[in-house]
Amino acid sequence: MTAMTQTLAERAVTRKAPLLAIRGVKTYYGKIVALKGVDLDVQEGEIVTLIGANGAGKSTLMMTIFGSPRAREGVISFDGRDITRLPTHEIARLSIAQSPEGRRIFARMTVYENLQMGASINKFAYFDQDLERVFALFPRLKERINQRGGTMSGGEQQMLAIARALMSRPRLLLLDEPSLGLAPLIVKQIFDAVKLLNKSEGLTVFLVEQNAFHALKLADRGYVMVNGVITMSGTGRELLAKPEVRAAYLEGGHH
Amino acid sequence: MEVFLQQLINGLTLGSIYGLIAIGYTMVFGIIGMVNFAHGDVFMLSAFIALMLFVVLTQLLGMTSIPLAFVIVLIGAMVLTALWNWAIERVAYRPLRGSFRLAPLISAIGMSIFLSNFVQVVQGPRNKTIPPMFDKVIHLTTGGTYDVTLSLKQILIVLVTAVLLAGFWYLVQKTSLGRAQRACEQDRRMAALLGIDVDRTISLTFVIGAALAAVAGVLYMSYYGVVNFSDGFIPGVKAFTAAVLGGIGSLPGAVLGGLLIGLIEVFWSAYFSSDYKDVAAFSILALTLIFMPSGLLGRPEIEKV
Ligand SMILES: Nc1ncnc2c1ncn2[C@@H]1O[C@H](COP(=O)(O)OP(=O)(O)O)[C@@H](O)[C@H]1O
Ligand SMILES: [Mg+2]
Repeated sequence: MTAMTQTLAERAVTRKAPLLAIRGVKTYYGKIVALKGVDLDVQEGEIVTLIGANGAGKSTLMMTIFGSPRAREGVISFDGRDITRLPTHEIARLSIAQSPEGRRIFARMTVYENLQMGASINKFAYFDQDLERVFALFPRLKERINQRGGTMSGGEQQMLAIARALMSRPRLLLLDEPSLGLAPLIVKQIFDAVKLLNKSEGLTVFLVEQNAFHALKLADRGYVMVNGVITMSGTGRELLAKPEVRAAYLEGGHH
Repeated sequence: MEVFLQQLINGLTLGSIYGLIAIGYTMVFGIIGMVNFAHGDVFMLSAFIALMLFVVLTQLLGMTSIPLAFVIVLIGAMVLTALWNWAIERVAYRPLRGSFRLAPLISAIGMSIFLSNFVQVVQGPRNKTIPPMFDKVIHLTTGGTYDVTLSLKQILIVLVTAVLLAGFWYLVQKTSLGRAQRACEQDRRMAALLGIDVDRTISLTFVIGAALAAVAGVLYMSYYGVVNFSDGFIPGVKAFTAAVLGGIGSLPGAVLGGLLIGLIEVFWSAYFSSDYKDVAAFSILALTLIFMPSGLLGRPEIEKV
């Protein structure tokens, strides 16, 4: 808990400098431009969500933060440090973790081994402790500990992907569409877990969602992305109230 | 019966050597999807390194204990061959990563030619021999038409192989290096997201593959007592066949494939014709690729999520 009071104190001093700052980022796939100059901030302790239609470039932004693919223009900084040109694994070692689109569980490894993979960067210093922590959050994983990742249900895989990310004790957690394809009950469980992590541990979360209603309700602030550019931003409540947002992302069965 | 037993012993010995080489093929294929055509020549190189170390130890330094010399040669050859393969990966394969698929393959063929020519130039084209060692022979059956024998060398080969494979299995299954290696095999990009240095892990895969090939090289050299610059090719192809037969990408498959190829080769020679023993191995390669491309223990491609 001392760690947390420190972060709070730090936050008071550096209130204005965001934990994650994205400035004018352009990302290409070959000649095709996927991000056309994105600006976005995540402050320490916040839950920020990015919503947008399929193909808008949300996942591309999540991966560009990790330099894979790399931004061709613009600057990404984490905790005041320019990370735009760092190798992917070094970015991860700065305590940014991601539960990526499609979960990307190691299918032929057990749940336990997947979690061990998550703890690689801090040399297992807090492994047992953190294991208890993620099992408290997702008791299902404890029951499945020796099962192979590939044989689990979508919801269990999503829990595992988040738990694996948490095992590195991240300062910033990126979640790419954690609700995709899951039953409402499981989605609620996962969103509750994210909320709890944020409230009780002060974990900073950057969440990408198509499930805009839930995401905006959960988040402190949100951004809307259309075709590789940010078109709107505001608090979750503000965005939920906007007719454009309602029309594009909320009506028609999205919630 | 005697012939059968004798060939079984000979086949397991030979198969151990193929299995050790096959692991290098299968690991590299697993992690970067490349058939490392130079791996057979790395094996050949290791036999030469072993030969030189052995000569230095016994003749220049006057070491008289053959078992001690053998252990030093084994460790020395593993380390030096691993360094060679590390350098080869850095120079010939890593710069081509992310290039078109055939590029590293072509580079590996080039490296194979380079290695055998290099050894030919510095060591000469003639066979190099070492004095026989561990020559004691145990007669398992006597008095029949044919004595079944088991040489100390054969016991040594199977024993060394078993011990190293056990160590290797532990490394891959239980250590964080092995876990990182398996993770990169399944999803390199995800491994990087978790802080795994993928390039370093690939380097280490080449290092481990070379160390095991060096064990095979040392055993091969002490078994036959002779090595030649062109000795990388045929054992290389056979070990590759072993890897394919076992299921490329599968470690137990590589060992199983190695043993099977060794057995098939000696039984073929004993019961049919030794002239065609290499043809047997090549035919198995072709048949496996046509009828059972994922091999005995390989996984069908559908599991690629
Ligand atoms: N690996 C890739 N190669 C080429 N184009 C891609 C690749 N990944 C995504 N894209 C394209 O980039 C755009 C943004 O995709 P993505 O970031 O996945 O969107 P979102 O996550 O918002 O659905 C889309 O047009 C998509 O087709
Ligand atoms: Mg996406």
